[in-house]
Amino acid sequence: MSDQSCHCNGFTRAKLLRDAAARAGEGLPTIEPGMPLPAGTGLSRRRFVFGAGALAMAVYGANRLLPGVFEEGIARAAAADPQGRVLVSVFLPGGIDSLTLLAPTGDPNYKKLRPKLALPAGQGFPFREDSRLVWHPQAEALAVLHNEGKLAVMPALGYEGPDQSHFTSRHYYEVGATDAQLRIGWLGRYLDAVGTGDNPLQGLSLNGALSPTLAPGRVPVAALDSPAAYRFAAQGVDDPVLSPMLEAIGGLGGLPTPGSEPDLAQARLIAGASSRLVGQLRPLASPSDGAPSYGTPVPYPPTSDLGGRLQAIAAMIGLGLPLKIVTADAEGLDFDTHAEQAQNLPQRIADVGGSLLAFQRDLEARGLADRVLTLVWSEFGRRPEENGSGTDHGAAGLGFVLGAQSSGGMIGEFPGLATLDEGDNLRMTSDFRGVYAGLLEQWLGADASSVIPDAARFARPKLVR
Amino acid sequence: MGPVEATTAARPQPRRRPLTERRRREAFRLLWRAGFGPRAGDVERFAKMTRRDAVYALTRPKGQARLSGPEPRTAEGKALAPNDLYGHDHLWWLDRMVRSNQPLVERMTLIFHDWFANSNEKVDSQRLMLGQNELLRAYALGSFTELFRAITIDPAMLVFLDGVDSQDGSVNENYAREMMELFSLGADRGAYTEQDIRQLGRALTGWTADYAEGQGWINFRYDAARHDKGRKTVFGQGGNYGWEDAVTLCLDNPYHPSFFAEKLWRYFMPMPADAATSKRLADVYRGSGRSIRAVVEAILLDERFYSGPAMVKPPVVYVAGLLRTLGRGIDTEDWVGLATSLGQRMFYPPNVSGWTKDRWLDTSTYKGRWDAVQSALAPTLLTPRKGHSRNPESADEALQRALAALGSPPLTGPTRDYLIGFSARVAGARRPRRGPGPGLRAMRQNALRQLILASPDYQTA
Repeated sequence: MSDQSCHCNGFTRAKLLRDAAARAGEGLPTIEPGMPLPAGTGLSRRRFVFGAGALAMAVYGANRLLPGVFEEGIARAAAADPQGRVLVSVFLPGGIDSLTLLAPTGDPNYKKLRPKLALPAGQGFPFREDSRLVWHPQAEALAVLHNEGKLAVMPALGYEGPDQSHFTSRHYYEVGATDAQLRIGWLGRYLDAVGTGDNPLQGLSLNGALSPTLAPGRVPVAALDSPAAYRFAAQGVDDPVLSPMLEAIGGLGGLPTPGSEPDLAQARLIAGASSRLVGQLRPLASPSDGAPSYGTPVPYPPTSDLGGRLQAIAAMIGLGLPLKIVTADAEGLDFDTHAEQAQNLPQRIADVGGSLLAFQRDLEARGLADRVLTLVWSEFGRRPEENGSGTDHGAAGLGFVLGAQSSGGMIGEFPGLATLDEGDNLRMTSDFRGVYAGLLEQWLGADASSVIPDAARFARPKLVR
Repeated sequence: MGPVEATTAARPQPRRRPLTERRRREAFRLLWRAGFGPRAGDVERFAKMTRRDAVYALTRPKGQARLSGPEPRTAEGKALAPNDLYGHDHLWWLDRMVRSNQPLVERMTLIFHDWFANSNEKVDSQRLMLGQNELLRAYALGSFTELFRAITIDPAMLVFLDGVDSQDGSVNENYAREMMELFSLGADRGAYTEQDIRQLGRALTGWTADYAEGQGWINFRYDAARHDKGRKTVFGQGGNYGWEDAVTLCLDNPYHPSFFAEKLWRYFMPMPADAATSKRLADVYRGSGRSIRAVVEAILLDERFYSGPAMVKPPVVYVAGLLRTLGRGIDTEDWVGLATSLGQRMFYPPNVSGWTKDRWLDTSTYKGRWDAVQSALAPTLLTPRKGHSRNPESADEALQRALAALGSPPLTGPTRDYLIGFSARVAGARRPRRGPGPGLRAMRQNALRQLILASPDYQTA
């Protein structure tokens, strides 16, 4: 992965295994030592340490002030469910081209529709369930996971009446319905049903901003960029003012707000949740130097943001933090390849595949593999007919369900390129709402009808072993 | 901060104070929502005006913008290089937000940067992005017809939405789709069909540029040989349309005025426009010959702008406002990294629909705002020696002093009460009888200023 421009010499399983073996003798490597302090705070490391050290007092102090709210709630959540299942959602933004990632080189129409962009016959890795399809050479990591039975593949995920707007289609997937008006994400709605008011970590977005998929109506959730660096610095303030000052973040957040002021209510809710989150994340921060204390038992692609997020998830679950739903979107990887697709797409495929394989190996090494299932999705696939150097927005696209407990195999079939839909796009063979309902029922043991509108309409594929 | 009426907000005197207090609050809201918050003296000046005069003072600036205050510098004292150095594009614009005497022009430029959201992630040229920025500024309060024409063939836009890559025979639909969905008509309203997108894409062909190693995109031009000269059918009408026709077709579509009105409204108001408001603003828009200024004035003079609920400040507005309030210029590059933490790095919107405006705040971006306040206050932190007062200073006085240093922003009653309680609590921690010593008073001031600027109240206006 270090030389992403050279497609012939990229990421291979053998290299990954060699690297893993080389590192195994050193024990668990810590996460990249240069992992930055919060960008641009302008604080020296020492100052920061001072802030971090003071933090413990703040949390304990808050605990005295408001008995039971913080750590008891977190401890309760963690203790009640030490073997609790986690669902991870990975969004590939822009509409990934399924016909490159899993190329239908055996379909006679493929070369006609993709005279410049078609994957040449003979390249890539075979796809067990359908001999027309081959994995792109840069998707070897996904082929490995699929062959191990840990990656279920939906070659044509979508919905009737596909919308080719990024934002509309993405919104449908985010809210779990083809309804432009819904404001709560489908995973947020699940947490509203089963979550608690004292555990923001029950829903976690690891993108620095809240993923709309996880936007709740009622319960607190968390958004983080660097979980190990989440704390409130305080220059020019020391004991005995410091603890009350940090408590005041939660105190001001807890003030009552009239219903006529929704934005102010939101600001207060977030301040309260932020204050709580600092306490929850304390196990992640090393008390001595503010650097993250967690390591990883396997190497991740070194330059991948997605890999870094997945690595943090594995570490947090390993530390016993009460995560239930996590979103780790592949922001920074743009799959909207209208132009120069052949130059740009392969390395992004390798990034996603390498990150997912490393995540799976990490969970396996930590003994967590049976607790985590990961859904990978994009807002649509791309049009079979190329436009010159790229492809425009399409309809049905790829989806994956990854995990030791994934059913593996293929869900829905590849519909072929001979008959396209009325917009000349790929026809869908599995409905995303059926997949959501299946995950809710089979993985989370939830009542799908209270989360997905009209859930009864959609057939559930078998997603869990 | 100059002589501010520090006690006005907290100790309303019975005679004529209520009016003053209401006017101050209105001035704060107007200055924050139609600009980047007040500088010293602004609130008092605007509070004396009628609503109409106050709005016109912003919407009808005279002549060229004047920048006042310290010139932007890096921490090493170097001048900015906005075309060339990473992050200096952001700093250059932030400086204009902080120092311009025409804040609404900058705010409208920001709105159109979100409306026609292009990212340098793809354009890969600070020079082209800043060129587009000048374009948006030039039309910021002018004619939307002219703005839409100009942005359609703007170099950064041609790169960002693949206009340079679209030609007869291999049409790239990217701009055609977004020009209707995001820029002029809106999705899911029945304004256009997928077929219209494909036909409009053909009309837009003809623009191109050259990509030169080491130079990037150059030689932007219209090449008739690349244009699809065939007949197109858009919105049910046929013609041999070109790019200018594409612009006119969108603007003349009956769904455009209400789209424009409702979209612009949401930049200034925390709730969507109702049907009557949409119609009224669309009428203003049509009647004024698509004048952006006319619709902005109608929105800023709407009663609900003043009496309705508060609205979260966008991150870059918040940061520029901190600096304006503190009278501080750009003197560090820290604001670039912080912009990302707050969720709004200029010239890098997350996608072509711009930033997610109804979710500025979450636990991550809130921490970013806290860190921004830390950075903003760092040069003026008090120590027992610096800024120490002999006055033993009651809890209430301490809060008054902190507020006065910050331009006396309005706070809600519960927040004010909480902060007075905090102020009293920390003062009594060590020497309950003698009152707080100078060290404790300095720390208390630092803590109060941080808490006021990072408070949930101050996140909204």
